[in-house]
Amino acid sequence: MESSELKRSKDSVNSCESARRSSFPDEVLERVLSLLKSHRDRSSVSLVCKDWYNAERWSRTHVFIGNCYSVSPEIVARRFPRIRSVTLKGKPRFSDFNLVPENWGADIHAWLVVFAAEYPFLEELRLKRMAISDESLEFLAVSFPNFKALSLLSCDGFSTNGLAAIATHCKNLTELDIQENGIDDIGGSWLSCFPESFTTLEVLNFANLTSDINFDALEKLVGRCKSMRVLKLNRSVSLEQLQRLLVNAPQLAELGTGLFSQELTIREYEELESALSNCKNMHTLSGLWDATGIYLPALYLACTHLTFLNLSYAALQSVELAKLLAHCPQLKRLWVLDTVEDKGLEAVGLNCPLLEELRVFPADPFDDEIVHGVTEAGFVAVSFGCPRLHYVLYFCRQMTNAAVATIVQNCPDFTHFRLCIMNPGQPDYLTNEPMDEAFGAVVRTCTKLQRLSVSGLLTDLTFEYIGRYAKNLETLSVAFAGRSDWGMQCVLGGCPKLRKLEIRDCPFGNAALLSGLEKYESMRSLWMSACNVTMNGCRLLAREMPWLNVEVMKEDGSDDSQADKVYVYRSIAGPRRDAPPSVLTL
Amino acid sequence: METRVNYKNDLNLMATELRLGLPGSHDKPSIRSNKRNSPEISDYSNSKTNSTITISENDDQDSPPPAKEQVVGWPPIRSYRRNCLRNTKKGEGEGTWMYVKVSVDGAPYLRKIDLKVYKSYPQLLEALEKMFKLTIGAYSEREGYKYNGSDYAPTYEDKDGDWMLVGDVPWEMFVCSCKRLRIMRGSEARGLAGV
Repeated sequence: MESSELKRSKDSVNSCESARRSSFPDEVLERVLSLLKSHRDRSSVSLVCKDWYNAERWSRTHVFIGNCYSVSPEIVARRFPRIRSVTLKGKPRFSDFNLVPENWGADIHAWLVVFAAEYPFLEELRLKRMAISDESLEFLAVSFPNFKALSLLSCDGFSTNGLAAIATHCKNLTELDIQENGIDDIGGSWLSCFPESFTTLEVLNFANLTSDINFDALEKLVGRCKSMRVLKLNRSVSLEQLQRLLVNAPQLAELGTGLFSQELTIREYEELESALSNCKNMHTLSGLWDATGIYLPALYLACTHLTFLNLSYAALQSVELAKLLAHCPQLKRLWVLDTVEDKGLEAVGLNCPLLEELRVFPADPFDDEIVHGVTEAGFVAVSFGCPRLHYVLYFCRQMTNAAVATIVQNCPDFTHFRLCIMNPGQPDYLTNEPMDEAFGAVVRTCTKLQRLSVSGLLTDLTFEYIGRYAKNLETLSVAFAGRSDWGMQCVLGGCPKLRKLEIRDCPFGNAALLSGLEKYESMRSLWMSACNVTMNGCRLLAREMPWLNVEVMKEDGSDDSQADKVYVYRSIAGPRRDAPPSVLTL
Repeated sequence: METRVNYKNDLNLMATELRLGLPGSHDKPSIRSNKRNSPEISDYSNSKTNSTITISENDDQDSPPPAKEQVVGWPPIRSYRRNCLRNTKKGEGEGTWMYVKVSVDGAPYLRKIDLKVYKSYPQLLEALEKMFKLTIGAYSEREGYKYNGSDYAPTYEDKDGDWMLVGDVPWEMFVCSCKRLRIMRGSEARGLAGV
């Protein structure tokens, strides 16, 4: 502690003399700043003056890195000496949809090596879209004796063997959260690797895994971890097994069931119903694979205080959903499949007045032959019944400008509006006009809009609207839209808070790309694929803006001059050295 | 603005590009028109690696159009969710199927039927009767299958490998658990139905 105080007072001496020195001693300033949690607030604080910059960096315990290539682990370690928790995001979001080549990068290992040296007391690691191998997981497990929480979302490169290493070595683990990863599921013996003496687990989410797990080991684990509040099972866990687990864990706040379909006797059904209703703290429910109307009533009593219900793996019909929702008056977040159809969404509007978030996923996204799913009517019905709605993700096959105008009139507080009309370039199905006015209404009415995904037939007018009205927009996703460079130029010129722009299959070319020359440094990243950008345009961008990394991914057999996929991001770490041959850094 | 290259007037970047193709033609892989366009053809099941995006030709339909042209990464659904949907596909039966073998005692060969085509036991039994030209019996909601002296009784093998009389459990549950059907001769079935 003494050497760090010396270091800090040296820094203070170096700070600007003319500025009135803060009357707070550094320790007090640090104490105050340590209460700041938001990383954006902390960033602002660090810009005030040198004193505050130093106080902030010494008091920061959690660092959030939105793009792992924007900075290097060495730079992070140099600036923040006392980090206990790291959140790292890697690949561009379109990698979720297979648009990014394999072996693109975002490997965690280099980071772990630095962390092991600089942050031996690291407690938490949360990764999104990173590549992580079993060797890295083993290294993690043995390098950090205080390690508590591991969360992997949309990552790949590891197998259940890596999980076994974590279970074996992390004596203080409180959280193991494995979500939606490309995991090589070799088998379920990893669960048995938690030692008999291990009791600290609070969060266990292995819903991602498909193979059978050792239920005996799981039952014992849940039984001895009395602080467990989040348990999300995988499909292999049956209803009968679920009941046995719940009997020993009524304190659960978040439950993800296993397969919700099994032939139960009446007594078994009643036992299940009773075990579920005994979970008085339950506010989040998910899993429910293959749930049908037969056993959903077992949930009714458990749903009284439910705020988040994730039915996106249960192909429910409208009537089943309606009956269930009648028991969920407190619901704030709801995820469903479009098998519930418009009638199901009407029930949402009728039963869930407190609803803030709705996500409707398509059950048959690649089947266009039969028209089913939800339409604009369902969305409108929800908007009438749920005025607090501010987050929506909606996959549909038809939409109208008028419907969207009505929706935002009913719900003007949208912060996240993600509409996916599944057939690319589809117009308003009633008027046959472009969907420009729909998104115009959204940006005009919803002044708090932070995130927007557009779809349907769109001209440059949509982007004129966005540039003119969407003053709080931070993330914009565009596909199969626009007519000319002008569209993209409007967005780049008009949205002051834009941080992430991802574009695919649009007629935007070099003029559009280069119009954002100075803008990209204030953004996290830009993605453009299957547009009209050329290699020369990219080279020019790279040449003019040394603080940007301009990466081009070429497709096999494409024109040499075309820049098929372009990823541009600001970085203080310089061009990356781990790019595979398919990625050219300009 | 002044110091940078004035590229706005210099859109000849495009014109000076070396390209394949006739002069004046633009090799644009993107989609835009006033009408609905067919999207680019790509084999989405190969989309793990870089798939070549080719331009679709909407006017070359000599043969019947392909069932569905699929675009890489569209609609934007995470691979994880796509795989889950593929594994748990049940729905209302549209676009999915559930073929099971049907054997009839004494018949020389087996048949296959798609359970998803039927919505109830009476429909299924009627179809079986037509297919094999025999009478099976009557089914009622309340009492299940009633063996009323006809020659045959429908049975099925469930997920646990047990042979069950058709009609006891709700239809949806039956469809989920039925692995194969066997139309038993009346004399053998008498034991089952008598219970």
